[in-house]
Amino acid sequence: MIAPSASLLYGLCGAVLIGLGLYGFVAHRRLIRRVLAFNVIGSGIFLLFGASAYRDPAAGADPVPQAMIITGIVVALAATALALALIVAHARLAQSGALPEDETHEDGSEDAP
Amino acid sequence: MIASLFDLTLCLLILAVAGAAVFGRAAFMAVVFFIVYGILIAIAWLRLGAIDVALAEAAIGAGLTGVLLLAALSRIMRNIDAPEPAPVLEGKTIATGLASLVVTALVAHAFLTLPEPRGLQSRVTANLADAGAENPVTAVLLNFRGWDTLLESIVLLAALLGVWTLARDDAWSGRAGLRHVTRPGGVLAQFGRILPPIGLLVGIYLVWAGSKQPGGAFQGGTVLAAVWIVTIMAGLMQAPRVADRALRAALVIGPVIFLALAVAGVFAGAFLVFPPAHAGWLILAVEAVLTLSIAATLAMLIFGPPEGEEKR
Repeated sequence: MIAPSASLLYGLCGAVLIGLGLYGFVAHRRLIRRVLAFNVIGSGIFLLFGASAYRDPAAGADPVPQAMIITGIVVALAATALALALIVAHARLAQSGALPEDETHEDGSEDAP
Repeated sequence: MIASLFDLTLCLLILAVAGAAVFGRAAFMAVVFFIVYGILIAIAWLRLGAIDVALAEAAIGAGLTGVLLLAALSRIMRNIDAPEPAPVLEGKTIATGLASLVVTALVAHAFLTLPEPRGLQSRVTANLADAGAENPVTAVLLNFRGWDTLLESIVLLAALLGVWTLARDDAWSGRAGLRHVTRPGGVLAQFGRILPPIGLLVGIYLVWAGSKQPGGAFQGGTVLAAVWIVTIMAGLMQAPRVADRALRAALVIGPVIFLALAVAGVFAGAFLVFPPAHAGWLILAVEAVLTLSIAATLAMLIFGPPEGEEKR
């Protein structure tokens, strides 16, 4: 069996991270966990992108995807900071860490609007 | 490059830690795992030959995002009296899991069937002499794709404006974030004195070295922001008032100078064009002011909106 290349391994790792993050983003009720999961999706996409640029190691690491990923990391941080500030403001006003439509009572009934 | 046992172990470790960050029951634990995850991803970037990305991921992805999540978590916990809702939406987990598996399979299939790579390395290398920076990543960031970087520095400002609009009316114009009080002689107070000189040196070095070696305005600016954050968290100085003129000047000087030089480029040929003869010092000047603005903006994003002298 031929050993897989490093770019293949990290690319597939990125694909699994995207799935993992997507699950957490949809399944979690608490908003802060959703933001965390969204960041996992983001870094999975970056890893996939970076790995696809590294499929020809003889040519050296491609600087253009690297620069775009650095830009992406900074923009992701800016979006995360804004999202978390909104969640904190929501927690202060609504006394809850989840959206109203995701709040359920013990018996499974929904909150009245 | 053939994947080694190290790469395989690292990938499995990344997936395990990401799993703990996503599936873990306690939110605090999940955030701690997320920080570890960021460090592991930074190591993966080193393995992929992307040292600049590894620096950015370690400083921004793991470090600052981790601090943001921890700070937000403690503020949320302080505000919530009602019992926490169950962590996961019941009944929808199986469908969500299946959908996520399908997405992973589709993405993996797309990755496996990508056409032959035709990178831009050769074109970057061919034009590097005119770029004014020997580090190809810096050349792409500040020259070839300067448009991205200019807009990115404005996106950071827009995010900060969004965060500031969430301040309560009575707290506005106060000092950003909460007041930090630390026990004198405690770990944080000591740490806050030892770390800043080293951090200042590392941050400025990263910017200076960025034109030739891995590093640059974003990585260096993040380290400088961290120095400021640690000093304030240690209670050695107070966060600035959001209405402070010096602070506001520091926030906008980077994008303003970058934009001004981009417009001046019109006279030399086109928007955002640096004349090759002057590109070297122009890029260094843009990097210097961008570093200042990035450091100030990132630190203000971490502190959050002014919260007034409230009860703690």
